[in-house]
Amino acid sequence: MEETRREKRYGHTIFRDWCKQCGICVAFCPKKVFDRDPKGAPIVARPQDCIGCRFCELHCPDFAISITEKDQRN
Amino acid sequence: MSRTNVRKVRRLIQGNEAVVEGALAAGCRFFAGYPITPASEIAELFAERMPQVGGVFIQMEDEIASLGAVLGASLAGAKAMTATSGPGFSLMQENLGFGCIAEIPCVIVNVMRAGPSTGLPTSPAQGDVLQARWGTHGDHPIIVLAASSVWDCFTLTVEAFNLSEKYRVPVILLSDAIVAHTRETIELPDPGTLKIVDRVKPTMPPEWYIPYQDNPTGVPPMAAFGDGYRYHVTGLIHDVRGFPTQRVDEITSFMSRLFRKITQGFQEIFITSGFMLEDAEYAVIAYGSVARAAKRAIREARDRGIKAGLLQLITLFPFPKRTVQGVLSKSKGVLVPEMNLGQISREVKRVNECMTKVYKLNRIDGQGIKPQEILAAILQMWEELK
Amino acid sequence: MKKPITKLIHEYLRHDKKFPHVWCPGCGNGIVLGGLIRAIDAVGLSKDQVVLVSGIGCSGRMSVYVDFNTLHTTHGRALTFATGIKLVKPELTVVVVMGDGDALSIGGNHLIHAARRNVDINAIIVNNQIYGMTGGQFSSTTPYGAYATTSPYGNIEHAFPISELAVVAGASFVARATVYHAQLLEGMIEAALKKRGFSLVEVISTCPVQYGRRNKLADPVAMMTYLKENSVKKEKADTMDPKEIKDKFVIGILADVEKPVYMEDYLQVKEKSKS
Repeated sequence: MEETRREKRYGHTIFRDWCKQCGICVAFCPKKVFDRDPKGAPIVARPQDCIGCRFCELHCPDFAISITEKDQRN
Repeated sequence: MSRTNVRKVRRLIQGNEAVVEGALAAGCRFFAGYPITPASEIAELFAERMPQVGGVFIQMEDEIASLGAVLGASLAGAKAMTATSGPGFSLMQENLGFGCIAEIPCVIVNVMRAGPSTGLPTSPAQGDVLQARWGTHGDHPIIVLAASSVWDCFTLTVEAFNLSEKYRVPVILLSDAIVAHTRETIELPDPGTLKIVDRVKPTMPPEWYIPYQDNPTGVPPMAAFGDGYRYHVTGLIHDVRGFPTQRVDEITSFMSRLFRKITQGFQEIFITSGFMLEDAEYAVIAYGSVARAAKRAIREARDRGIKAGLLQLITLFPFPKRTVQGVLSKSKGVLVPEMNLGQISREVKRVNECMTKVYKLNRIDGQGIKPQEILAAILQMWEELK
Repeated sequence: MKKPITKLIHEYLRHDKKFPHVWCPGCGNGIVLGGLIRAIDAVGLSKDQVVLVSGIGCSGRMSVYVDFNTLHTTHGRALTFATGIKLVKPELTVVVVMGDGDALSIGGNHLIHAARRNVDINAIIVNNQIYGMTGGQFSSTTPYGAYATTSPYGNIEHAFPISELAVVAGASFVARATVYHAQLLEGMIEAALKKRGFSLVEVISTCPVQYGRRNKLADPVAMMTYLKENSVKKEKADTMDPKEIKDKFVIGILADVEKPVYMEDYLQVKEKSKS
């Protein structure tokens, strides 16, 4: 089980045109998946750490981030 | 009207009741209001009658809410109205502007009482004439009618709904404490004989519907909420799709359409009535209950050999300029009696362009203007100008 | 596979409108709108069935972005328009979004009467405790002592407890959530939509620009953290000393009662009038 969790199970799409760099996703991600670029927008730095909690997606005020679950068999 | 029609109903009713009968005949199925003297009978009768005809009556928490509910009801597809008097009408002004900019048909009956403020709640006046035209902020199109009798209250309420539905504009029907509480026998017409106008609804598929797109009439078809045409309604200046805009070209075309739709309809919107006017040398221009007093004064003036006539204004705004100018141009003098300090005489003078002399006769003491007073003023005018 | 969130929201947006939306970075309005859309989707309402009515202010702009029947009314009067719509077309689901200035200051009278009357309307009050759009003046929900452009020495007025007010005014369903508790928010709105009668969901929201900046919470993250740390679930609050929860946001369902609904009673009025 520990092995599968290390795999990159979730895809992260950031709609950069809509992002206003509020920093909520970066700050509250329980696994610190994101870093901030020089403008403050999120960069997906550690996608393999994502546990798919979707806090970022639920709290993005700008509908600018989308998390997709990847098919395990691939 | 033919006397053979047995279905006609003769009834002794007051002006406020006639408003309700007219509204129901016009297809009004929603009333929201707040108690106020001297308009309360309208709400009371609607409370009784609306549920009988399957409509909705609601008493709101104030007049602001009343007009808000009326506008909401109209957006949902119902013919809707409210009734009030001066203080309540003042409270309605903001939502009235919303009705104008969002082009929501509705009728507002204002049974005028003497103001300002609480004023003389049970006394008649005509002090809200210019408020009816200019009460809400910003340049806006609006239609204002004035009833002079119980029969007027019936027919003009029907007319108010017809104009409102056709032009997608709030229509204000002004009455006063005299008209509202006078009881007269009127013959209610057979519903089938009345001309009833309903708003034009879109027939195109929803994806083709552009809610505020111009057309030759200037009045776009109006979808009701829930009919499958999802669109946005706002009090902000909006583009053809209803979305807020700050683009000068879109603002200009929107505002010019708002006014054009009314100016194109002037022929139909201007309602006036002449009495002994054909050969008149001295004209009285009056509206509301004062117009009735003026009729008797004119008969008596004629008895004394003075060629007097009456132009009764039924549409006050848009101001029937051409008709009034026609009377001004062939009269030696014109008298404008009204229960205010000169709100319509001001309009008459504006369009007079030095054609003739305009006299005023005003009362603001809560008393109606009596025929004798108008006669005296006609005689005085005649003495001066003969 | 969990239900998509952002993709689902995108399906409900009007894409002919310009995005990103007008709200400032970190503004809670977007989170509320997201919660509302997810709740409507969860209840299974069609877009044609929903009327979204809003007032004036930042939250008032919400109606323009979503593909429902939408109405952006005058300041404070959204509930009155909604009343007219609902009474004419009871089959529609009428949702009213208001801000705190909208619903409690200028429209306070309409709020208590809508609750008292119990018309089947779903009200959502986005309470960011400030007038945002006009530049940060204190509102009727700004905390005592807080700074605003019109309370430069600290606010000497006391805040309205919105939800508690709605409870005593007679609303059928009252709940409070915050934009930090987005999942709870969605659940509360969903429950409100399903509830017969007047329902109110108060959402404690964030305004980092106009409120936060003047009250040591300028960063959106700081504001969210503040909501996280100062909220107490209703169940827990019931066991606590009232003094302990004085300055906390009690979240969850505050009232859920069965009482006659206006339109149902009016149907009986119609029957009576014909006999």
